[in-house]
Amino acid sequence: MSDYIKQDAGIPQALRRNIFTTAVDAVYNWSRSSSTWPVMFGLACCAIEMVATAAARYDMSRFGMEVMRASPRQSDLMIVAGTVTKKMLPNVVRIYNQMPEPRYVIAMGACATSGGPFKDGYNVVSGIDKYIPVDVYIPGCPPTPESLQHGFMKLHQKMRGQSIKEVPWYRKDDTGEVPIPILGPDVIDPRRIPEMSKAARLAKEAKG
Amino acid sequence: MSAMPAAVGEMELPRWAEDMPDAILGVEDGVWIVKPDSLRAVVRHLKESEGYNFLANVAGVDNLLHPKRQDVERFEVVYHLYSTEKGGDYIALKARTGEEDPVLPSLVPIFPTADFQEREIWDLYGIKFTGHPNLRRILLWDGFFGHPMRKDYREAYYEEEHKPFKSRFPEGSYVRQEDRTPWENNLVFPDGFDPDHWNAPEIYYEVGQDFKGLEKLKTDRIVINVGPQHPSTHGVLRMVVGLEGETITGLELELGYLHRNHEKIGERNTYLMNIPFTDRLDYITSMTNNFGYVLAVEKLLPKVTVPERAEYLRVIMAELTRAMNHLFAIGFLLNDMGAFYTPSLYAIEERELILDLFEMASGSRMMCNYMRFGGVAHDVSEEWVKLATELVYNRLPRAIDEMEALLTTNEILLARTKNVGYLAPEDAIAYGASGPVLRGSGVPYDIRKMDPYSIYDRFEFDLVTEEGCDVYARYMMRIREARESVRILKQALRDLPGGPAMGKPLPYMVKVPANEAYTHIEAPKGELGFYIVSDGSPNPYRYHVRAPSFVNLNSMATMAVGHKIADAMIILGSIDIVLGEVDR
Repeated sequence: MSDYIKQDAGIPQALRRNIFTTAVDAVYNWSRSSSTWPVMFGLACCAIEMVATAAARYDMSRFGMEVMRASPRQSDLMIVAGTVTKKMLPNVVRIYNQMPEPRYVIAMGACATSGGPFKDGYNVVSGIDKYIPVDVYIPGCPPTPESLQHGFMKLHQKMRGQSIKEVPWYRKDDTGEVPIPILGPDVIDPRRIPEMSKAARLAKEAKG
Repeated sequence: MSAMPAAVGEMELPRWAEDMPDAILGVEDGVWIVKPDSLRAVVRHLKESEGYNFLANVAGVDNLLHPKRQDVERFEVVYHLYSTEKGGDYIALKARTGEEDPVLPSLVPIFPTADFQEREIWDLYGIKFTGHPNLRRILLWDGFFGHPMRKDYREAYYEEEHKPFKSRFPEGSYVRQEDRTPWENNLVFPDGFDPDHWNAPEIYYEVGQDFKGLEKLKTDRIVINVGPQHPSTHGVLRMVVGLEGETITGLELELGYLHRNHEKIGERNTYLMNIPFTDRLDYITSMTNNFGYVLAVEKLLPKVTVPERAEYLRVIMAELTRAMNHLFAIGFLLNDMGAFYTPSLYAIEERELILDLFEMASGSRMMCNYMRFGGVAHDVSEEWVKLATELVYNRLPRAIDEMEALLTTNEILLARTKNVGYLAPEDAIAYGASGPVLRGSGVPYDIRKMDPYSIYDRFEFDLVTEEGCDVYARYMMRIREARESVRILKQALRDLPGGPAMGKPLPYMVKVPANEAYTHIEAPKGELGFYIVSDGSPNPYRYHVRAPSFVNLNSMATMAVGHKIADAMIILGSIDIVLGEVDR
């Protein structure tokens, strides 16, 4: 905390021992980054390493992150730990939408980042960043607890660099909601429906 | 070994088929081809008169591209039957059906275990089963386009039929797969698909059975949904539960939230490439998955000898995995009960030490990728043996004692687990349960004893069973089995011979002679089986995983109906599932 305290801001000498001043950003970011609560939500193998990170040896509570909430409404961070399948995708996006701002997403492991070893599969999403914004990517299959912790530190670094004046979640125009994909014959991204209907119409016309 | 089924007159009928000579059409690679109309009669005869009461595996095969099966019908379903009383090898049957409207009789009336497995075949191959009570898609969602395991189904990122793809090997220039597909994404739509004129199919969950004692409750019947994001579903399982008050009237599982196409990818890979993929099946016990897979391929390879040291190392790794898995399972069972974190932290402590050993031997904590055809990838050092001996002799027995002192006579644990989730022995066999679930119902069936593989016949250990048939019995099974594992480990570490840990290395693209076989091992969660059909090429023609967690879930509804909703979590925890294996 001492890094953030500004000693000389015109405070009378008599009150110096009791009052200190600091920037709002510093306190805001310090408190946010020291109590980032993740959603208790694991998809695949990486979730087991996430559990190991939470357990005694690696101990996530050193970062103030041991409070894993089962409800997305109470959490700040989503660790997408594992392969996102097409069938699971609407649920992942829904969980993301249910989290209150400010919210962060870590793509843990190769699968969440890009589809990983299962990328060729017919039911595998090629990286969660095709649908929701991701803040930190952690490589590995699965990443070791050490790399996950490194990812946490990178995320905290990002948080501390943000300014309350510029963050999107206090703007009126930005809801941050992601439209939930629909499970049709394959995953339909609602953002692309106009485009797809147009393509279907054109194909129909071409056939005559 | 001929592809054409021999006419009945030319072959010798098996003894069990003497009463029904018309039912057997031929034999191919040790599998009896059965007339679809007689399939139920044959299976019922085997079950009731011959003692083959355990339907281990049901797998579909698409013969479209098999070079030796061009003149037979396109689809076939293979059944592997074992006997829990006699042990020993399997009897394999197959029934064939044509390309137009493939239909076969369902075996659910005889073996309820066929329920999920037949649904999987319908989902992935599009073979219908007459008489199946609930033939819906299981791993994919209703409304999905196509049956993806068919050989003519091509994924959006399809490059070639087999790996290694030319674009990547040896000096190909790899292009991002997204840049090749029409929607820059992994999507396949039917021709001319228009999202504006499409309606989602409706799904009806059958979760409202009536049973005795329910009429007293006088409550409204509601359906609640547990998962796929839920702290107690051990991953991404979804349960649709019908409730009257707090009592469960029906339960249906919705699987497939982690269906990552293990089998389809496995059929594109070479045999060797599949080893790291098996790590990711049951990601807690990667060593035993390796073990099962290499044994399955070694069974098909003609001349592979495994050195003594490698055999011992395999058993040591498998038993370390079992002890670790059982402690982990108990920890998470208690988590589900509300003992939040304390027992699981105790379990994870031991797990970390075992993972250290794995990392030291293989280079990776979780995904060990350790075993190879004809040995293990890396030998272990003197120091490793010293550390393992220290752990096995001094640390693990004390850890199990500690776990037991903490839990076994705990009043809350007894109140929550005794007489909850009753699974009668005959039901356990009929539902195809295996591992601690089956032995927790008092059925003495352990593949290490009944159909010994590797060098398990050299070790002295007991076949543990519990008579309770409830969650507590399954908990006790795990504690006692972990102790037996320690016993095996002590003997194996004592007798570990010197010498090489890998025989003559096989070529990278090992060619497996055209044949087929099913190999099963006793994985910590139950019977892990690999069914491999080879057509003589470097890639498996058909690669199917009989996952213990998946088949064990068949009995979940039976165990849970009539109990309170809070007990459903514990019952699920006592089956000890891992979603990577359930959905594959």
